Formats: sequence, structure tokens, C-alpha cells
Amino acid sequence: MGSEGMKRAATIGVPLLAAILFPLVVDNPYLVSVAVTAYVTAIAVYGLDVMLGYTGQLSLAHAGFFGIGGYTVGILTSEHGFSFWTALPIAVALTSLLGHLIGLAALRTRHDYFAIFTLAVGVMIVIVIERWESLTGGTDGLIGIPPPTSIGPLSFTSLNAQYYLVLAFLVLTIYVVWSLMHSLVGRTFLAVRNSEDLARAVGIDAGRTHQLSFVISAALAALGGALYAPFLGSIGPDVGDVPMTFNMLVYLMIGGVASLPGPLVGTVLIMGLTQALTVVQQYEMMVLGPILIVVVIFFPQGIAGQGKVLFARLAGWGRRR
Amino acid sequence: MTLFFQQFVNSIALGSVYALVALGLTLVYGVLKVPNFAHGALYMAGAYVAYLMLTTVGAPYPVAIAVSIVVIAAMGGGMEFIVFRRLEGKSSVHAMIAALGVLFFLEGAANVIWGPDFRPVPTPLDGVVTAFGINITEQRILVIVAAIVTMVGLYMLLKRTLVGMSIEALAQDREGALLVGIDARRTALLTFAISGVLAAIAGSLIAPLVLVFPTMGAVVILKAFVIVILGGMGSVPGAILGGYLLALAETMAGTYVAFAFSELIAFALLVLVLVFRPTGLFQKGV
Repeated sequence: MGSEGMKRAATIGVPLLAAILFPLVVDNPYLVSVAVTAYVTAIAVYGLDVMLGYTGQLSLAHAGFFGIGGYTVGILTSEHGFSFWTALPIAVALTSLLGHLIGLAALRTRHDYFAIFTLAVGVMIVIVIERWESLTGGTDGLIGIPPPTSIGPLSFTSLNAQYYLVLAFLVLTIYVVWSLMHSLVGRTFLAVRNSEDLARAVGIDAGRTHQLSFVISAALAALGGALYAPFLGSIGPDVGDVPMTFNMLVYLMIGGVASLPGPLVGTVLIMGLTQALTVVQQYEMMVLGPILIVVVIFFPQGIAGQGKVLFARLAGWGRRR
Repeated sequence: MTLFFQQFVNSIALGSVYALVALGLTLVYGVLKVPNFAHGALYMAGAYVAYLMLTTVGAPYPVAIAVSIVVIAAMGGGMEFIVFRRLEGKSSVHAMIAALGVLFFLEGAANVIWGPDFRPVPTPLDGVVTAFGINITEQRILVIVAAIVTMVGLYMLLKRTLVGMSIEALAQDREGALLVGIDARRTALLTFAISGVLAAIAGSLIAPLVLVFPTMGAVVILKAFVIVILGGMGSVPGAILGGYLLALAETMAGTYVAFAFSELIAFALLVLVLVFRPTGLFQKGV
């Protein structure tokens, strides 16, 4: 194994080992459940990054898809006796289909119009969730969503078991996004982001590329929501509301867009801080707003991008000595 | 028939507010080419400043409106000076995200200062005028008249003054405007301040008719976006006409179809326009 391979093994292995050991070392149910919440949110934030970071379009309906994923699993498992393991793929597939249909209309626009359109879609999703009381329980939401059903000897009723389940899905998500970005499809995303005209000129179907990216983005949001509802045991319209999309955007921008660790770093850091410091929760929006502005103006690559710059500078400095 | 005219008059009052908010949004879009998601927060802040002046300070209504105009104009200008100026030349996604950051901050601040409760705002104009069987509150008359005066004033500003003409020039052809020596930064600052004035007038006029709360801007800004897209981004007559039309459609749907239906009209229109005519109804196709 060369030093490059060693480095890669370390950058993957060390955080993964830390994540596996976390609930055993910390042994604090509150912190573990904060971590679970952060992981499911991070899965959705990866979806947001596929659209914003890699394809260059700001989708403001993202939390709506998270909500639809969560509600689908919640309704199917609590009221229709579905097993979690059947409900999960149904939730992801249904949301992807919905994302595809919305994308057909939304992706006739780009940039600012796309952001406005998806913002309106996000608001509409919440209105539908709140008004369709017979299905969703209206503003009260759904309660009594059972935890994931066990597979053979594996049971997911304990907090730690749910932690490892969600962690496994997070690792899977990161792997999927990584392989996507190293595939030809991923490269067409970047090409379309960097210049749609140029991408068209070399024969890329920009419309289909945007459509695919939007569907993947919605699917990841749905996966996050589908894991969140059974963990919490309940779900309300808030999780699908536009402020939730804003939160995800904050996590993504602070962590770093278009970088593999970015969504995870941003989500875990900011969610961890706001959940740990309960005193500041009242001021959350007031503080996160200016942070978002500072990040956009001064550090548009976020922590992940800034870390890379810093690391390169340190390495260069070390070599010069 | 009386019901129809009654609702028609009410929709003109609502449309006046929509049009004022949409005008500020469209002016800023013309100069900056970015949808200012924080514009609804200026409207909300305008309503809160009027509320603060009327209740805590106990100032007369005209003074409350005037203070609101000055404060929100400064906020609008400050937004450009502190935030958007630094994002010049970067992708529009950055400016949109920064606008969301401003929105976050202002809504969060209102929440911290006044709490999430809905607050009623007292008005000295609580009388009702009856004519031809139609009842209209004095406050609604004020809204309609003040909005028309403001729009005429804005029209004069845009067409008759150097500042206004620079705003229009910059919106129509940025490079051409720079070429003839228009100071783009100063003009952008002024445009934001003017959008603040419009938002403050709308917010402080509507405050006594509705309740004030930290997220009151969120619903209105979405409608303003629909109006601005309907009328064509950057188009002043489009924003005015679109404002009255949307209010009319909503009020009539709420009266004759179902109340729940009225809030979906804006979104239905948005979807239809974006799918069939993305450049707006009043602009030539690209």
C-alpha cells in the first residue's frame, strides 16, 4: 500500500472508527440520539448537495421531500401494518416519482426561477400535509410509528441498534454519492453546473442531467425522512417545512458544498452545537443567519474547502523548511 | 351583487399591499438580477416598527408610518451595503443564499424581541364608511389611497429624476448604464433603500388590518414572487397589475369557491405561468 493509499485509508477509517465507538464511549442517550438525528439529516443534506453543489441549482423544496419520505413510512407502518423494510423502499420510490413529476415542471426553469419555483413547491407540500388530515393527522402529525422491524436476530429497538442502523445508511449514502461523482454521470453533473451551454455543445442532454440529479436529490431526502420517522416514533408537518430546508442549507454551506465530507461535517457540527447548547436554541436563527452570510461571502467552500486550503498551505510550509 | 362589489373593494385594498411589496422586489431584481428572499422580512419589520411606535411609544399613526419608512429604508440600504455589495460578480446562487441568511436573521431577531405571538395593532382609523350598500373601513380606504399615492410617487421618481432614470437604465442594460457613467453601487444602494420604503409603507398600512407576527412576511413574499413572475421580473407595471389581479382572483375564489382554495391560487398560477410562459405575461419571449 502506497502512502496515497494509507492516507485514503486513514481519512475513511479514522472517522468511521470514531463513529462506531461513539455510543460506547459516550454512553449518553441524549448525545447518541442527537447523533442519530444529525446522521439522518446529513443523509438529506447529501441530497441537497447533489443538486446544489454538483449540479448548481438551489432546490428549496428539499425538506418537503424529507417530510414525504417520513410520512410515507409512518403511515404505512403505523396504520397499514407494513414492515419497515418494505415501507422504506416504497417511501424512497414514491418520493423519487414525485420528485420526477415536480422536476418535469420545475426544471423548465433555472437558477433564480428554479429556486422560487421549488420554494413554492415546498410551501405547497406543507399545506397539503397540514390539510390532508385523514391521511397525515394534520397539524398534530402522526404518532405511534413503530421502530424498524428486526431482521432475523438483529433487533432495532434499542437506541444503540438504531444508531448503527442509521450509521450504516449514512455510510451507504456517502458511498453512493462518492461513486456517483466518480462516474461519467457525476461528471456530466459538474459539466452542466460549470457551463450548461458548453455541456450541450459536447452532446450532454442538460435537461435529463438536471432531472436525474433532482430525482437523486429527492430520493436521498426521502431516505433521511424515512429513517427519521421510525426513530422519533412520530412525525409532524414541521420536518417538511421550509425552515427545515433553510437549516439543511446552513449545514451544507458551513460544511462545504461539492465536497464529500462537507454535508456530514456541517450537519454534525452545527446540529451538535445547537443541541448541546440548549441556551442558544432561542437565538438559533438569529445566529445562523449571519453565519450563513459570512460563509457565503468569505468562505464559499465551507469548512471542508477551507480545511483543504489550510492543509495545502501547511504541507507547502512543511516542504519549504 | 352587493357581495361582489364588497369583495371587489376589499380585494383592491389587499392588492394595494401585494403591489407595493411586489414593486420593491421587482426593482431590486431589475438592478441586482437576484430574487431578494429577505424582502418579506423588510415588510414584516415595517409592520413591527409601526406596531412599536403605536403601542410602546404611543406616537400618532402618521408618525409611526414615517418612522417605519426611515428605519426600513435604512435596513434595506444596509442590506445592500453589508451583504449584497460583497457578492458582486459571484454566481446568483450565492446571493440567493445570502438573502436567505438575512431573512433568517430578521425573522429570528423579531422572534427574540417580540416572541412568536400574533399581536393586534390598534388603529385610530376604526370607522366604517358606507356607500351604495358597501361597507369599507377607513383603514382600507387609507391603504388604497396611500398605495396609489406611493405608486404615482414612484412613477415620478423613475421617470423624472436622475436617480430613478439610473435605476431603470441599470435594469435595462447594465453595461450601457456603466458606459454612460452611472454609479452602479450607489444606484443599487438607493434601489434597496427604495424597496425598503415600499415594504415599510405596505407593512405599516396592513398592520392594523391583520395581526403582526415574525413570519408574516413569508406568505406575502411568496405571493409577491408569483406576482413578479406573472408580471415579468423587473417590470414595474407588471408588478402593479399582477398585485391587483392576484388579490382579485384570491378574494373571488375565497368568496365563491372555498376559502382553502384561495391560498392555493397563487401557487397554481405560478406553476401555470412557469410551465407555459416562463418570461411572464407582460414581457416579450426570449
